[in-house]
Amino acid sequence: MKRRQEKLITNIIRIAGSSSILFIMLIFFFLMREGLPALTEVKLSDLFSTRWYPIEDLFGILPLLSGSLIVTVFSILIALPLGVGTAIYIGEIAPKSVNEVLKPTIEILAGIPSVVLGFLGILVLSPLMRETFNLPTGLTAFTGAFLLALISIPTIVSIAEDAIYAVPNTYRDAAYALGASKWQVIWNVVLPAARSGILTAVMLGVGRSLGETMAVMMVTGNAPTVFRGLDSFIAPVRTMTATIASEMGEVASGSLHYHVLFFIGIILFVFSLIINVSSSSTLAKRTAKSRAKMVS
Amino acid sequence: MNRSASGFLFSVLLLLSACGLNNPQDSAQSPASSSQTYIENKGSDTLVNLALAWAEKYQNDHPEVQISVTGGGSGTGFTALINGTIDLANASRGIKPEETDEAQKNGFEPTEFIVANDAIAVIVNPLNSISQLTLEQVSRIYKGEYTNWLELGGEDRPIVRLSRETNSGTHVYFLEEVVRLGSKDDKSIFSSDTLLLPSSEGIISEVRDNPNAIGYDGLGYVTEEVKMVALASTPGGGYILPSAQTVKNGQYPIARHLFMYTRGQPEGIIRTYLDWIMSAEAQAIVTELGFVPIASQQ
Repeated sequence: MKRRQEKLITNIIRIAGSSSILFIMLIFFFLMREGLPALTEVKLSDLFSTRWYPIEDLFGILPLLSGSLIVTVFSILIALPLGVGTAIYIGEIAPKSVNEVLKPTIEILAGIPSVVLGFLGILVLSPLMRETFNLPTGLTAFTGAFLLALISIPTIVSIAEDAIYAVPNTYRDAAYALGASKWQVIWNVVLPAARSGILTAVMLGVGRSLGETMAVMMVTGNAPTVFRGLDSFIAPVRTMTATIASEMGEVASGSLHYHVLFFIGIILFVFSLIINVSSSSTLAKRTAKSRAKMVS
Repeated sequence: MNRSASGFLFSVLLLLSACGLNNPQDSAQSPASSSQTYIENKGSDTLVNLALAWAEKYQNDHPEVQISVTGGGSGTGFTALINGTIDLANASRGIKPEETDEAQKNGFEPTEFIVANDAIAVIVNPLNSISQLTLEQVSRIYKGEYTNWLELGGEDRPIVRLSRETNSGTHVYFLEEVVRLGSKDDKSIFSSDTLLLPSSEGIISEVRDNPNAIGYDGLGYVTEEVKMVALASTPGGGYILPSAQTVKNGQYPIARHLFMYTRGQPEGIIRTYLDWIMSAEAQAIVTELGFVPIASQQ
């Protein structure tokens, strides 16, 4: 009796565990089925052209690719120092009492719905940007990147902090015994030891930024312009996610526009796949390496 | 643990919503079984406030009827009508031939009703010294041929062009009647650095805050905090500000009808509701909200 019960529960858990693989496969299959026809229906040279204006059948996705990349890269440039800095502070410097306030606060930041951040972005950040930097408009890639940084910082902090926490205390003790200062320990011992974990944190932050939709749609202005140097950071851009979100509602299912939107979905899916695979492979490498160190 | 749990939840949601897409009939059919009568009304963002006001008033007088009104854009409304998720589509543009084809494929003929009239106001920030433009000037601004207000006799500021998203009926109307000046052969489109904002309110708020901006919106949305530009169809012609008066007498150059579409000839409660919308009582609400009532009621 007991054995049967045990077996049943094991099976239920097994199904629950493997269901996410099934879901990923279904999503992937669905995306491919709806998106791949775009490659045959639109000439490749048209698909990779520079003008996106779907109601005239202009399906150039380059502006959308460049928009997403600009916003993501810039948001990571902001989030990386802030996020890793916070993680170092929490892990190495801050006294326990400060951590008790700091950690829940960061979790609250993670919990703020992105639409609320977008709303603040429109009302506060965008006018501020326009006035301080004397821009034509405050609805720019930079405004979006700033909001995305706020959104990805909690992810970066929590994973980077785990990585720092995982550095064995023996490393630190050894360094202190040699007479190193606190800063020397952090910079020369802890950070190098936690390097791959921090890289993972950044990769997941990139994934978070790339996939975010609502906040960027509200503050980047959504103008499909192609990257044209540093100017693009302070100009309006249109991201892939915002395009799918704002246009999916209007398209007739099965139309050309519909297939192209799904094709953009495939591109996003592939990007996040690459990011996840590369971050988990650095994670695997790290555990293998630290095990090797332990043995030696 | 936490992350994988939320990932799982997300996948479930995704799957559920995918299922929802596959059988759109559900929501349209199930309400009929209860004693209450439901009308699902969706579409144009221009029309959404007006449709809400109508629905509220009608539900007050007829508690047995429930009307749900949502926006999303004219294109969204037509798609939902074609897919059968709604009974009544709001639109700020006429139905396209492709959409009629789709509807016929799904076994019905969309029927059009003109429910109100609207003017498109071209708006700028109150600090902008420009107060009148010809349609051709507006067209050249949006095509990207003018890039500084100085070229139009204003101050030395860059022009920031604002537009609704492409799923908006107002966007399509503006493209055809203003950017292309009503010419069918003209294939010019908006300059690519035109900001496409997801809502009418977004345009109003950016124009209110930004002295460089120019935008357009339905007359019903325009607030005191932005400045309407008087328009002329020809350089010599009179510059006209949009108002109920100038729309009714045909002076204001960019005015249009607002529509509701039904699946086939409407029957029962939907017919009654549409008849009421045409009545003087409902058309009074049109005036209250800053739109222009349909002429036959006067």
